Amino acid sequence: MFADFDFDVIVRSLPYLFFHGMAFTLTLTGLSLAGSLVLGTLVALMQLSSIRALSLLAMGYVNLMRALPLVLIIFWFYFLLPWIGQWVTGASRPIQVGAFTSALVTFTLFEAAYFAEIMRAGIQSIPKGQIAASQALGMTYWQTMGHVVLPQAFRAMIPLILTQTIILFQDTSLVYVLSIPDFLGAASKVAQRDGRLVEMYLFAAAVYFIISFAASTYVRHLQMRIAVVR
Amino acid sequence: MNYHWNWAIFWEPSPEGWGSYADMLMSGLYWTLATSIAAWIMALVLGVIVGVLRTMPYRIPAAFAYAYVELFRNIPLLVQMFLWFFVMPELVPEDFGRWLKQMPNAPFYTAVISLGFFTSARVAEQVRAGVDALPRGQRMAGTALGLTLTQVYRYVLMPMVFRIILPPLTSEFLNCIKNSSVALTIGLMELTARARSMQEFSFQVFEAFTAATLLYVAINLVVTFGMRWLEKSVAVPGYIGSSRT
Amino acid sequence: MKRSLIAAAMGLALVAAPAGAEELTGTLKKIKELGTITIGHRDSSIPFSYYDDRQQVIGYAMDLCYRIVDAVRDELKLPDLKVVLNPVTSATRIPLMANGTIDLECGSTTNNLERQKQVGFTITHFVTANRFVSKKANNLKTLDDLKGKTIVSTSGTANIKQINQINAERNLGMTILAAKDHAEGFLMMETDRAAAFVMDDILLYGLAANSKAPNDYVISADALSVEPYGIMLRRDDPQFKAVVDKAMINTYTSGAIEPIYKKWFLAPIPPRGVNLNLPMSEAFAKVVANPTDSGDPAAYK
Repeated sequence: MFADFDFDVIVRSLPYLFFHGMAFTLTLTGLSLAGSLVLGTLVALMQLSSIRALSLLAMGYVNLMRALPLVLIIFWFYFLLPWIGQWVTGASRPIQVGAFTSALVTFTLFEAAYFAEIMRAGIQSIPKGQIAASQALGMTYWQTMGHVVLPQAFRAMIPLILTQTIILFQDTSLVYVLSIPDFLGAASKVAQRDGRLVEMYLFAAAVYFIISFAASTYVRHLQMRIAVVR
Repeated sequence: MNYHWNWAIFWEPSPEGWGSYADMLMSGLYWTLATSIAAWIMALVLGVIVGVLRTMPYRIPAAFAYAYVELFRNIPLLVQMFLWFFVMPELVPEDFGRWLKQMPNAPFYTAVISLGFFTSARVAEQVRAGVDALPRGQRMAGTALGLTLTQVYRYVLMPMVFRIILPPLTSEFLNCIKNSSVALTIGLMELTARARSMQEFSFQVFEAFTAATLLYVAINLVVTFGMRWLEKSVAVPGYIGSSRT
Repeated sequence: MKRSLIAAAMGLALVAAPAGAEELTGTLKKIKELGTITIGHRDSSIPFSYYDDRQQVIGYAMDLCYRIVDAVRDELKLPDLKVVLNPVTSATRIPLMANGTIDLECGSTTNNLERQKQVGFTITHFVTANRFVSKKANNLKTLDDLKGKTIVSTSGTANIKQINQINAERNLGMTILAAKDHAEGFLMMETDRAAAFVMDDILLYGLAANSKAPNDYVISADALSVEPYGIMLRRDDPQFKAVVDKAMINTYTSGAIEPIYKKWFLAPIPPRGVNLNLPMSEAFAKVVANPTDSGDPAAYK
């Protein structure tokens, strides 16, 4: 079977695979990482809030998102977002949401639930005395969080956040179900067009593996370094 | 909003000729559970073996286990499913490949195998973390009593490890159930796929997805409570697990 | 059924009313305000709407759609109207039309009465039939030959619904897989994952002709149904429909359809330079002579 392995098909489609496919995947990963970190932190703060309604709302959100398969959530948002947009902006018709925006919002909202859990654990690992001390110094809630608690929590959480980011990077391949041309979508398009499944899927697997493996090896080193510093 | 709500849709007959749309979703639920439970059993067996190998004081098994975990953890599940479904049968001898492809229920077996391997790498990591979390003294004490390595693992380490890793295993099992939905890309008619085809046939998008959502939430609740009960009933007094409510 | 007939009648009555200088509503208003029109396209509906080897979206339905876009541009006097392309699949096209993501769906969508409850269709742009493709070597001629076999069709299509119904009615015991798009469906048949791929014959011709070994495949003689294709638009939007219908009728009566049809069905097409060589069918020639947007297969007999 490997005898008629066609490397040429990979070489020919490299520009399309990387400049379109991988660019889409990386942009989507990067932007939803930024979005979900911010949103995840807010949700974590809400969960830990002393206002019961807020913490219940945040808890419900996190639990619901974590109970559902990503594929189902991708479908939900692709169909639902325009209506939500209409409701939020009060427009007279559903808001137009492109494929990329839709995927971005989906991943941001989905990953935020996972980041919120990481964040909550991180915040809870900070000794209570520090918060009491900040309050004694007359700091407001946001000053305490922004200057004392969150910077420490983030540092402790970096390896977990990075690991979750690698998962996010792999999860973006699921936009395949919407026929959006991410890296895997691009590879499968070429595969189906040229009848070169074996080559393209093996190549895609290799690329995902190299990137994720390099990243997770780096995370492990980082983890050890942090562990030594402490 | 020009959307025509129709919650009675679930009782209308589905175009597949047997039963209603509700029955269609139920058959999806059945396949979701069948796939994820079969994959979970496979993941537990492989994961425990590989996880234990990783903590062995021998170089080659540990290296093998390391490679295994990294391989299955660093390729997206969807890509792994494509590899098993589309690529693998082309690489084996032709007759065997054809037999594989024409097997009835091929998407189900493929889904179980890919999901099983994928999840086993995660279980292996939990097992390794569990063994590492035990005080070194336990292993030493076992060896000092003259137990063989197998006996140390069997009677000293593993009983504690399983209790320690029950909570993370619960969430891995939940992940396994959720991940089974990825198999819709290779034609497995599980719950999400059924909700999708119900939407296509009836055009009732939101009703179909709401029903699927509620079913997934229900599965989650059942598993979470079941595992909590299990945690409590196997807890060893004095350990973290026992103080949980 | 009754409701849809009434709705259809109302739709016709509104279309008949002059869509002149009155206030813009619905899709036209939206296009005017945004300055963009969004076209939903397919990725492997050869030769209707698909990617060529430079990953550009091309096809017969795309050419027709660009004529519609020109008509909209003139109607709204928007010389710099922007066209946005959004990929859709058989499964996503109807929800995305309903939720406003796309304004026109240019591909190979069957116009039927059931779908008309959810979306609207302009004048029919092709008439095809539901058939299946299989490997010559397997010698599968009729549906009965598929008894007990695994077959595939594309999820979200009228075809998969129909084959499911036939499977139940005639007790054929087939396992029916749902592929995400036509290329994936063909692929499952090509790689022996399924014995046959059930789809509109014109798409099967296109896929087979563009495959690695076009001579290995055969398309069944049995037709399971007649399928008129229409470009999809939102339902209950008479003003937009009037403009789109006018553009389509104009394409047919002015004879502009001839070169477009020739370009895609009687000449070599990208990406492989295959000629489908399909002269206009009698059923479609009738539509060109008397344009219709009927979703009833009987109207095409």
